[in-house]
Amino acid sequence: MNFQLTKEQEKVRELVRKFALAEVEPIAADIDKEHRFPMENVQKMAQLGMMGVPFPAIYERRERGKDPVSYPIGGAGADHICYAITVEELARVCASTAVIVSAHTSLCCWPIYEYGTDEQRKKYLPDLLSGKKIGAFGLTEPNAGTDASGQQTKAVDMGDHWLLNGAKVFITNGGYADTFVVFAMTDKSKGNHGISAFIVEKGFKGFSIGKTEDKLGIHASSTTELIFEDCVVPKENLLGEVGKGFKIAMSTLDGGRIGIASQALGIAQGALDVTVDYMKSRKQFGKSLDKFQALAFEVAEMKTRIEAARLLVYKAAFLKDQHKPYGPAAAMAKYYAAETAMYVTTKAVQLHGGYGYTTDYPVERMMRDAKITEIYEGTTEVQKMVISASVFK
Amino acid sequence: MRIIVCAKQVPDTSEVKIDPVKKTIIRDGVPSILNPDDANALEEALKVKDMYPDTVVSIVSMGPPQATDMLVECLAMGADEAFLLSDRAVGGSDTWATSNAITALIKSIGPFDMIFAGRQAIDGDTAQVGPQIAEKMDLPQVTYVQEFSISEDKKTVTVKRQLEDGYEEIKVNTPCMLTCIKELNTPRYMRVNGIVNACKKDAPIFVKSAKDVEVDLTTVGLEASPTHVFRSFTPAPKAPGMIISGEDEKAQAQALLCKLKEKHAI
Repeated sequence: MNFQLTKEQEKVRELVRKFALAEVEPIAADIDKEHRFPMENVQKMAQLGMMGVPFPAIYERRERGKDPVSYPIGGAGADHICYAITVEELARVCASTAVIVSAHTSLCCWPIYEYGTDEQRKKYLPDLLSGKKIGAFGLTEPNAGTDASGQQTKAVDMGDHWLLNGAKVFITNGGYADTFVVFAMTDKSKGNHGISAFIVEKGFKGFSIGKTEDKLGIHASSTTELIFEDCVVPKENLLGEVGKGFKIAMSTLDGGRIGIASQALGIAQGALDVTVDYMKSRKQFGKSLDKFQALAFEVAEMKTRIEAARLLVYKAAFLKDQHKPYGPAAAMAKYYAAETAMYVTTKAVQLHGGYGYTTDYPVERMMRDAKITEIYEGTTEVQKMVISASVFK
Repeated sequence: MRIIVCAKQVPDTSEVKIDPVKKTIIRDGVPSILNPDDANALEEALKVKDMYPDTVVSIVSMGPPQATDMLVECLAMGADEAFLLSDRAVGGSDTWATSNAITALIKSIGPFDMIFAGRQAIDGDTAQVGPQIAEKMDLPQVTYVQEFSISEDKKTVTVKRQLEDGYEEIKVNTPCMLTCIKELNTPRYMRVNGIVNACKKDAPIFVKSAKDVEVDLTTVGLEASPTHVFRSFTPAPKAPGMIISGEDEKAQAQALLCKLKEKHAI
């Protein structure tokens, strides 16, 4: 067992931290207040390779008895721990910026990389991984949240194309994405096995973006409806096989949870960092707050939970890199890191006192941002379903 | 075209420990960074490479083996190759000995068109090594470069050299040595794929010994250094100054006299 990050992982942290402090933190409070998607920083992150961290530069496949396949897709070539660190370091200063990267990478790029045809990979991944285009994922519907199998969006095989009708809600990056991985029912009688996945491009006939949600937190992240009205999707944009959509969605969310767990971890670490600084400088009763043992012990609790969350997150990422089953590990990481983010940010506000409740300090934003990590990409309850199912299997 | 960039790994803090014998900075265990002015030097070289993609940007450095960390950063920013002279024989070198060693290192890697160096390192603040290398290699040099452009035939460069109250515009023939200041540019970030490639086992980071670069051992290292650091210390903060006001010069002089007497200065 080795708890040492590699030089590559350390350098990625150094890069993302430097970038986050110089480019992201200075605007984090403003974009929260203005509910503004930070396109300028997405473009900068794209240039630095941060929109395609855990994918290789060259896609390679070797199968027995077949010619090896290889073509460029333009990923940064780093591992999933580097990806987790990237999201963590961004979330340390801005949870919205972090989820833009996470949803794009885990929920759109990954299923195309994993389940796409060579043609689909060649067509979509270079633009997505270089960040020229932004990705999103459309699974949730008004009546299909945790129960994703209740998909009401329908896809009908029209012979030379698919026709999609229905609506998706709460879609991260919705207003700014160019490429969407969308799920729809192709055969209702088959239940979960009747769901299929499609790659939908912004601009496809019959596809539009609906209302933008007004949320408690992550204000700078775009969360929208997707509307499909006789949306024409080319045949070749079916992702994976007909009827495999549910499996694609669930395995995509397994990986996505590593991203959200990293986001939650970063939020918690960011809140702890600013709280420690505050406690050293804030004086009451003639001494700084860190000299009060009861308060210092709160920090000990926060720090311990963050470290435990970090180990769970990096372990899940490690298992993914090792091509080992990581579903339950990702669920544990996401469940625990999200709870930690909520716990730590709530304590952080408390330790800041009245100032913590104002927008003069970032902890109120962090507390609002933390809440969503317990909800999206599988609520805490869903994580416990996954974990307990793995225990009692 | 090849551009050499001189880079140094420096401690990232003013709270550094001093070696009691060598009177030099102990670098082990202190967070280290690429010297800020050197990052400007590298950035300018990379800008030339952006314009002329066939340009090879080669980093040269001297230091302990862990200085390769900083070289990884240089490669991750876009440099093509890095050479580190790392040898006990060059340890404790002052600026004269260091410039002897780096001159030998540069000569060992072949012809070049330009050398960019940072104005000075934040640990020593001497601003001597760059100019000394230029002298020893018989190169024209311009220090404090705040603006840079290169002619189309790449035979001359035009630079603005910062002065206290303005600047000089100077045209220089290549090959030449330019020392760069922070006003020259904003260094770029590393890129994730750059980090991945720079961390590979076969990354073009070459660690050289004193023997490899055929440096005269009597001109490098602590023993060969003509200057010795007498004492390294953090200067005590100066008390704030005071402006004496008064109706006229006479009143001001009187007030000054009173203050000096109060302090038993006169």
